[in-house]
Amino acid sequence: MIQEYNLISRIQGDIITVHAAGIRNGELATVKGQGRSSLAQVIRLQGDQVFLQVFAGTRGISTGDQVRFLKHPMQVAFGEALLGRIFNGSGQPIDGGPGLTSLPRIDIAGPSVNPIRRIIPRGFIETRVPMVDVFNPLVESQKLPIFAAAGEPYNELLARIGMRANADVVILGGIGLKYDEYLKFKNSFEQAGVLSRTIMFIHTASDPVVERLLVPDLALAAAEQFGVQGKRVLVLLSDMTAFADALKEIAISMDQVPSNLGYPGSLYSDLAARYEKAVDFEGAGSITILAVTTMPGDDVTHPVPDNTGYITEGQFYLRKGVVEPFGSLSRLKQLVIGKVTREDHGHIMNSMIRLYAKSREVEQKLAMGFDKTPEDQRYLDYSQKFYKRFLDLKVDIGLEQALDLGWQTLAECFSPDEVGIKQEMIDKYWPKKN
Amino acid sequence: MTDKTIGRVVSVNGPLVVAEIDPDREVMQNEVAYVHCQGQALKSEVIRIRGRQVDMQVFESTAGLLIGDAVDFSGQVLSAVLGPGMLGNIYDGLQNPLSLLENNQGFFLKRGQYLAPLDEKKLWNFTSSAQKGGKVKPGEYLGHVTEGLFKHPIMVPLKLSGNWEITEIVSSGKYNVTHTLARIKNQEGHEVAVCMKQDWPVKQPMRAYRERLLPEKQLLTQCRLIDIFFPLAEGGTACIPGPFGAGKTVLQQIISRYAEADIVIIVACGERAGEVVETIREFPQLEDPQTGRSLMDRTVIICNTSSMPVAAREASIYTGLTLGEYYRQLGLKVLLLADSTSRWAQALRESSARLEEIPGEEAFPAYLESRIAAVYERAGVVKLHNQSTGSLTMIGSVSPAGGNFEEPVTQNTLKVVGAFHGLSRSRSDQRRYPAIDPLISWSLYLNQMDEFLNRRHPQWTEKVKQTHRLMSDGNAVRQMMLVVGEEGISLDDLVTFLKSEIVDATCLQQDSFDAVDKATPHQRQIDDFLLLMEMVDYSFEFANKEEAKAVMTRLQNLFFQMKYSPYQGEKYTEYRREIKIMLGREAR
Repeated sequence: MIQEYNLISRIQGDIITVHAAGIRNGELATVKGQGRSSLAQVIRLQGDQVFLQVFAGTRGISTGDQVRFLKHPMQVAFGEALLGRIFNGSGQPIDGGPGLTSLPRIDIAGPSVNPIRRIIPRGFIETRVPMVDVFNPLVESQKLPIFAAAGEPYNELLARIGMRANADVVILGGIGLKYDEYLKFKNSFEQAGVLSRTIMFIHTASDPVVERLLVPDLALAAAEQFGVQGKRVLVLLSDMTAFADALKEIAISMDQVPSNLGYPGSLYSDLAARYEKAVDFEGAGSITILAVTTMPGDDVTHPVPDNTGYITEGQFYLRKGVVEPFGSLSRLKQLVIGKVTREDHGHIMNSMIRLYAKSREVEQKLAMGFDKTPEDQRYLDYSQKFYKRFLDLKVDIGLEQALDLGWQTLAECFSPDEVGIKQEMIDKYWPKKN
Repeated sequence: MTDKTIGRVVSVNGPLVVAEIDPDREVMQNEVAYVHCQGQALKSEVIRIRGRQVDMQVFESTAGLLIGDAVDFSGQVLSAVLGPGMLGNIYDGLQNPLSLLENNQGFFLKRGQYLAPLDEKKLWNFTSSAQKGGKVKPGEYLGHVTEGLFKHPIMVPLKLSGNWEITEIVSSGKYNVTHTLARIKNQEGHEVAVCMKQDWPVKQPMRAYRERLLPEKQLLTQCRLIDIFFPLAEGGTACIPGPFGAGKTVLQQIISRYAEADIVIIVACGERAGEVVETIREFPQLEDPQTGRSLMDRTVIICNTSSMPVAAREASIYTGLTLGEYYRQLGLKVLLLADSTSRWAQALRESSARLEEIPGEEAFPAYLESRIAAVYERAGVVKLHNQSTGSLTMIGSVSPAGGNFEEPVTQNTLKVVGAFHGLSRSRSDQRRYPAIDPLISWSLYLNQMDEFLNRRHPQWTEKVKQTHRLMSDGNAVRQMMLVVGEEGISLDDLVTFLKSEIVDATCLQQDSFDAVDKATPHQRQIDDFLLLMEMVDYSFEFANKEEAKAVMTRLQNLFFQMKYSPYQGEKYTEYRREIKIMLGREAR
């Protein structure tokens, strides 16, 4: 029996309240008014009051609108037919293609994976970006954010890695995306010929705020199904800060006590529930998540990047158009470095970074007007070479080639006892003169 | 109470559910209740009672709940089940064995599944050591079973109080954990059946011991920065705060592997599932160097990762502590690692916000401080009724928002712990791991254990404090150099700086991914540190700064190569000899 109610007693923010009985927590409803209809979800029950979050927003909703409960939670259609398609934030096709009514529907935001059924990630994903491959390699099933201030080319980096990545299915979740950015993603996937393995859930900046909340859940629910079926899935999300801001808006409308800068106290758990969908299933596929988190005011201690950093397995900082060598970190790198990749990988990585840090110190010292020693000059040379050969995002070389270039760079600037690498590696890899 | 109390759901707000009970019924604070939803019973805990309205936090997702759904109250507070068979297990925050859920549930954790924490079918070989008519107190041993390497004593139930007399005891033989092994009676004539399995309310400290002692013995972690510079005591407490990416988790993993404890309990509280997976998958393959058995045989994992229900996260730390206290009662040396207590505090904050309590600092509840203190106070070293000692050491990691140690969880934790291993972003950015910052960290146990530590060397603690000063002096010189440059400082200052850099690079920094350097045993710590101190104490005579740098770089490299060489191996001895020659202690 479908129940309908016609008396909305309260409208606050994007939340409406109706008096109704027999309604389940989390249930979906439609709110229908003059010429418009929107989905809504039950988020709280109090006696006979039912609180619903209206996906399309409450603007124009009248107290006399009809609320119709659908007796099921939010679902998404699932099947191979999703590949190559584009949907909006409530899961409706926006690419002009056919509807997906014949496909089975699955609940979104399902339970978490039993930790015991996870396996230790061990697949190395080569991106041909040396700052990633050499210094912070990406590992299959990893969840990594790209921290960037506004104006950094984060979506380009995301698209670039998305196109090259060795994945069966790529799912893009656009959250508060500028329309231009959406078109750019679409064009680059088209040009790279990967559109047929791609699914897009797109919420653009002009769409209703509540729909933002659904995009990660829709994308990850679909990813999870492909993963269970044995596919290796890469999920790209941009931008999770917009997602967190939507959480904030809803929490404030619900009179929740804010914890930090207005964000709800559950921000960590809310973000974790999404990021933790990244998984390597035992005996099946995997989900890898790469998500952009823009940092308001370029401040990493802002609650959104801060909570994200604690959840994810590392982070890439994008600053001044390059992947920052110091803050960036792939926590899973030890699982592949020297195991899947060459034995000298770890030594080169640590030594080069340590020396680059020192060369920065030298630069600072010189900037303060001190005399340049011959030793300083060697660090400066090293710094320049490091930028040209590794830091520059345009560099496009494979890992082994990059490691060899690393040894060459060290040998050009330093002697073996200055680099802090253990002797047997030096003996084996230090470039011999002629 | 004759019948069970029953209630009806009147409100649902996330995991907070309010039920209304009949006016003549009783309900208890922290009582366990089950909310019936679509054929599933969802476990929950009473957290507030106002008249007939009972507020409960549900340990599962509340999706699908209906106003009017039935709630039944169990009459029991939230308890852990204790007994033989816990080692090697992986539990969720409510002590459900995750490996058994696996068989029934596929990849995902479906809600409403609760399984017995102990295998009730397994038979244990019980050796009786008590006599009929014997006088016993709660926590005294009636006999034991052998669990892996350990003699696992079977105790008079810890929940009881007063003096009891054994009226009946079985002979040695094979029994399961629920079989009655003995009957005991108190003066009031109250009789209790004793089996291997017992339970304990998780939020209550266990006190069935003779006395608490001052922690005076070192707990070796094989991490040099901790053991030498900021040591940890058996029965002590420590906290490891640090910004994300500073290596908290790797440090915790290293400690859980190499610490010289009998039992290690890992509480993965609101952190990444991936970290637990590494432990789960790797421990069974790793050998415990002390016993030669799999590391898993001494480990219990309590795992409530960040995407698992928040309310159960709060319970997970208490479950871990209760298990730890239980093993302490068995006379064992227990180490509890909680990663991270900040997530636990956030769970408190979430439920406090839903209860609409007046928030304190950063919206944490006002009782945050007392809750944190109560948690750490459950650690300690105790003398048991049979004169043996047991200890529970706790290391909690803290994840301060924005890496700022001024926030409430870090500050309230620092008040109650005995050691502070503060990780710093600047050290981790320079890849100086473990990134425990020697300039801000401290350990009260260095003085408290000086008698114990000075067995390593008569002036051990003195020398350690000397290196603390050296690190601080070295840092002062570094700061100075940033302003006046290397030319602007004296040769002596440069040597101090270079010495501090050698200590940092070759002793403080430890490569947790290197087969040799990842763990430094007791005797090697002593030998290497004393040699290093010879270098620190040596008065070098240099003609100029270039010579100083050249010689010190060579020395640093020798120490560096030595730390990667197997202890007392050929290369190790050779590097040691070369260092001694450079320090003029040995002829070439």
